[in-house]
Parts: sequence; structure tokens; C-alpha cells
Amino acid sequence: MLAYLIRRLTAVIVMLLVVTLVTFGIFFVFPKMTGADPALYFVGKQSDPAAIEGIRQKMGLDDPVLVQFGKFVVGLVAGREYVNGSDITSCAAPCFGYSFKTEQAVWPVLLDRMPVTFALAAGACLLWLLIGLSTGVVSALKRGTVIDRIAMSTALAGVSLPIYFTGLISLAVFVYALDWINGEYVPFAENPAEWFGGLLLPWITLAFLYAAMYARLTRATMLEVLGEDYIRTARAKGLGERTVIGKHAMRSTMTPILTVLGLDLGALVGGAVLTETTFNLPGMGTAAIKAIGDRDLPIIIGVTLVAALAIVVANLVVDMLYAVIDPRVRLS
Amino acid sequence: MTDLTLTKAAEPPAGRPGTAFLDVRDLKVHFPTDDGLVKSVDGLTFSLEKGKTLGIVGESGSGKSVTSLAVMGLHRVGQYNKRNKVRISGEIWLDGKELVSAPQEDVRRLRGREMSMIFQDPLSALHPYFTVGAQIVEAYRVHHDVTKKVARKRAVEMLDRVGIPQPDKRVDDYPHQFSGGMRQRVMIAMSLVNNPELLIADEPTTALDVTVQAQILDLIRDLQKEFGSAVVVITHDLGVVAELADDILVMYGGRCVERGPAEEVFTRPQHPYTWGLLGSMPRLDRERTDRLMPVKGSPPSLINVPSGCAFHPRCPYADVPKGNVTRTERPELRETGSGGHFSACHMDRAERTRIWSEEIAPKL
Repeated sequence: MLAYLIRRLTAVIVMLLVVTLVTFGIFFVFPKMTGADPALYFVGKQSDPAAIEGIRQKMGLDDPVLVQFGKFVVGLVAGREYVNGSDITSCAAPCFGYSFKTEQAVWPVLLDRMPVTFALAAGACLLWLLIGLSTGVVSALKRGTVIDRIAMSTALAGVSLPIYFTGLISLAVFVYALDWINGEYVPFAENPAEWFGGLLLPWITLAFLYAAMYARLTRATMLEVLGEDYIRTARAKGLGERTVIGKHAMRSTMTPILTVLGLDLGALVGGAVLTETTFNLPGMGTAAIKAIGDRDLPIIIGVTLVAALAIVVANLVVDMLYAVIDPRVRLS
Repeated sequence: MTDLTLTKAAEPPAGRPGTAFLDVRDLKVHFPTDDGLVKSVDGLTFSLEKGKTLGIVGESGSGKSVTSLAVMGLHRVGQYNKRNKVRISGEIWLDGKELVSAPQEDVRRLRGREMSMIFQDPLSALHPYFTVGAQIVEAYRVHHDVTKKVARKRAVEMLDRVGIPQPDKRVDDYPHQFSGGMRQRVMIAMSLVNNPELLIADEPTTALDVTVQAQILDLIRDLQKEFGSAVVVITHDLGVVAELADDILVMYGGRCVERGPAEEVFTRPQHPYTWGLLGSMPRLDRERTDRLMPVKGSPPSLINVPSGCAFHPRCPYADVPKGNVTRTERPELRETGSGGHFSACHMDRAERTRIWSEEIAPKL
């Protein structure tokens, strides 16, 4: 078990290194080959050659690529200092560098935005599990009935309609037409009630999409499980249907759902780009979109790496959980 | 382990006088499908006394398992969809209680306590995510208001009784940690945990290694002696019924074609289908040059059951009776003369006896 964990963690680190290398390559090496100069981005439009040269020195942009990458990785782990003669900027770990645009350190920017994305993902997840699982179970039990058909058509709509459609419709109806809630995001610390109101529509919109996917998955899995011999055994023991479905069938249905859930949450933590953009939430996704527009490479790298970390960790957690929920799986 | 046998007091059989412990009368189980009505069981009658074993024999799709699930009332649960609902008619009397018309909740309370079932493949019939102990404890606690501790002790006792070594340790293992034979022992322990009076074993040895099959059959026989319950063994393997059964019921196309004491049915089988089953049994004491005599053709469609005698398309003797009677008229079960031996065949008795003793028996 411990050996397994160590091996998996090593793999995680290697994976993250590879992601870092690729991202770093894409954003710092390739642009250079096409003649674009990161130093120019940093300095901005009014660029005199001396300033550009100074930045180049300070950021180490003239170093060989591998040295630059090495320094970047060391910065991530231990922090680094940018030195140009007497001009020293020290950047604490994890150092992703400084935004080209605002000259802010990247990490605090990300830290500032993470709570929004986490809150969005967590709230939506709670909602979609509640709705998706119950709909899926009822649909499976009532297979072929009107209830099942309505639920599954709604679910089909849910997976087919893009967030920017459902999101905008809900904004138009609940914020602009009915004026039930304020569509603005307010930090939790400022006003919890308004924070809740601001996240309500994003939660529902995001949850609608995922609830639809989870309802379909739950229904399919549940139907498969209901055909299993051990369900018949449970009934043959004289157990009531509540126990048969709620305990025996649900236990098996949860396994594939947990797998998907881990991966979905991992992906969402990296930024629910469409939802955040549609509702103008100051999360990681909007940060990434804005950075792409601004060619703000350090921010893009930062978001990418955090997203990669989230997915890799989610994968690891799912695999560990699997050993807990499925006794047939042994970690070795 | 004496307490296992003593926990159920011998009660006088309640219910209608003169009826057997298990009395199935004109049972019909029909499944409506898009292609038509599947008549899986179509008028089946049999009875079984406590302490006796009935072997139900037939090929796949003859209605054996459907019959057992009907007795357990398992066709009726899990039917959340009102369409395509299974249609069950006839009577199933268990210890004086009629089950077909009984409320589902009443039948549920009998399930696992008065009647229980062993399934074919213990690996798929046990829940992979729960320990065998938890599953046996659950089976006990549905019907007994006891603490988990007491139920667990009972589970260990049962595991010990069915011959699982170190039952106090194995009780916390998961089904996949057992071998096939041990798993079936677990299944048997679970089905006997409430001292049921009726035990239905649906192909209990089919999924097992040949070397283990005999052990499991011995175990079932021993436990039956000990518990005095009525046992129904469902199988396609005549060897299994030869080991266990007091009576044999041969099913074909959802109906009984031959029924009688095991000894009778084996020594003087009266139905060509039974002959076919006997002829398909490999035997070591037979010359190798003698081929098996399989029943030709395939099992009948249960939607369009052949007219007349359902077996006539596959019967080598379909033209023996005069006229077209095998194709137009369904043969009734008739007593063959020797006590309690019935057969549904149009051929007259002398003819059947002649064919059996002159044409079939010498080749077996």
C-alpha cells in the first residue's frame, strides 16, 4: 500500500514535470522561434532597447532553453530571484513568474481566483449529484414509463445544450426579466447572502449539464446492476425493495459514478471556463481566457499547471478510493 | 451444532387438510413481450412433502427456473414498470398458505425464512462488495430481531456447519476470496441460516468444478436430513437428481411430461423425451463405440408452442400413434400403472414399454 502510494506520487511528479515542460515549451520556446520576444511583451509598447535588454537579463531570457526551464522549475518549488545588477526582485515559491500585463506575481492572482472556482465546482457538484443520481435511479426503476421518458429527454437536452445557451437564458429570465436575483459575484467575506445569490445561477446552469450526464450514467448503470444475480439473491433473502435498491444496487452503481466524479471535479477545478465567462465570475477560467487574449504567458502557464495538478491529483484520489469501495481491487 | 436443528419446533401442518407441504397446482407463468406471449410455464402441477426431494429436470428454457422463481414469488418483485408485467396464475400452497394471490409483503416475509434458494453461480449470486459475513448476517436479521453480534455468531456457526474451515476468520472475507466450491457453501449457509422448510436449489452444481460437485450434493443431502426440509433440485443433469431426488419431474416446453418416483423414472421411463435425456448422459461403463443418443432438434419456441404434443417435432415416435393425434391433441398426464408414475404421451402403455425395453434400454 505504502509502496503503491510512493510509486503513484512519483508518477504524479513526473507527470507534472512533463506538463510543465510542454507548457513551458509552447509558451516560451515556440514563440521565440517565430520571432516573438517575451521580453517585448513584458516591457510593453514604449520599449527602448536598454529596457528590453535589462528585462532579458533579469528574466534570463538569453539563457539556453534548458537552463530557463530548470530555473522555472526551481522557482516553482523553492522560489527564485530575478537579478539584473542591483535590480533584484524576489519571488516566493511557488513562483510562476510575473504577469506581463499587470506585473503582479502570478501565484497570488491564482490564489485570489481559486476560491471562486472551488465554490462554483463544489456547489454545482452537490446539486448535480442530488438531482442526477435521484433522476437516474427513478428512471431506471420506471424504465419505459412516461416518467422515464420525460427524465431522459430532459437529460438529453441537458447534455446537448451548451452552457452559454442555458446560462444566458437563465440570466435573461431570472436576472434581467424577473429581477429575482442579482447576477453579480460578491466575495463570501463581503456578504454571504449575495455571494450565494451570485453563484446560484452558475451553480444551477453547471449542475444542469452535469446532472444530465450523471442521470444517464446512473440510469444505465442501475439497469445493469438490477439485472445482476446478486440483486435476485438479495430479494430471495426476503429483503425489502428499499434495502435491495438503496443498499445492494446503489452500492454497485456508485462505483463507476465515483470514477467519473473524481475526473469531472478535477477538470472543473482547473476552471469552468464557459460558466465563469458566461456569468462573469472572477475564477480561474476567466483568468485563463483573459490571459490568452492578453498574451499574458505566465498567467496561462499558471492556470494550466494548476489545472493539470488538479486532474492528476483527482485521478490519484479516485484510484485510492477505488480500493476502498471495491474490495476486489488491491493496490499493488 | 445441535441448536441449529432444534430452533424450529415441529408444528402441525396448518392449512387445508390432505394437501402436501408444497402444493403447486396448474401454475402458469406468462411473460408478455413485443414478439408475443412467452408461456414459460403453462400448467404445472406437483407436490412435495417435507423431508423429501423433488428433482425438476429439463433442458434450458423448459421452465424449470421460472417455476422456482414463481414459488419464491420473485417474478413479482422489481416490477416497477406496469407494462409487460408477468402474468402468474394457478395456486402455490406452501404449508397451507396460498402464495400466488397473497400480498407481496406477506410473500416477502416468507422468502428467506420459510423458503429459500440456492443459485447456480455463487460468484455472481453473492454481492461482490459485501463480506460473506455481512450478507449472511443480513439474511438472518431480516427475519430475526437480533443484534449484529448475535447474528454474526450465527453466521459463523452456519459457515462452520457447511464445512468452511476457520469460519471465524473467513466470515470477514469477500466472495471473491473463496474458491468456487467454498462460495457455494457460503451460499448454502446463507440460504439455511433461517432454517427454511423449503429449499430450492437451482442448478446448484452447474457452475462448479466436477470434483466439487459431489461434495456439494453430499452437503445438500446431509443438511436436508438434519433440517428435515423439503428440497427442490432444479437441474439439466440427470446425474444430480439420481444422487438426490426422491421424485422426478421432467419438464418440456413449460409443461410436465413425466413425473414419478426417481427409481421408477430411471428404470421404466415412459416418455420419449425422458429417453432422450437418458440417452444424452455420458457413461463411463458404456462402450466407446456406442454413441450418445442426443435429443435431435432444439427446444421449442415458448411463444408458438408446437400444436398437439409439444415434443412431436423432435420425437422419433411421433407417428407411432394412429392418425394425426400427436399433432392435433395435447396429451394429458396419465398414470402409467405403477404407483404415482405419470406420463404425457399418446402412445399406449404397451407400445411405450416395448420401445423402452427393446429399442432404448439396451443401448444405454
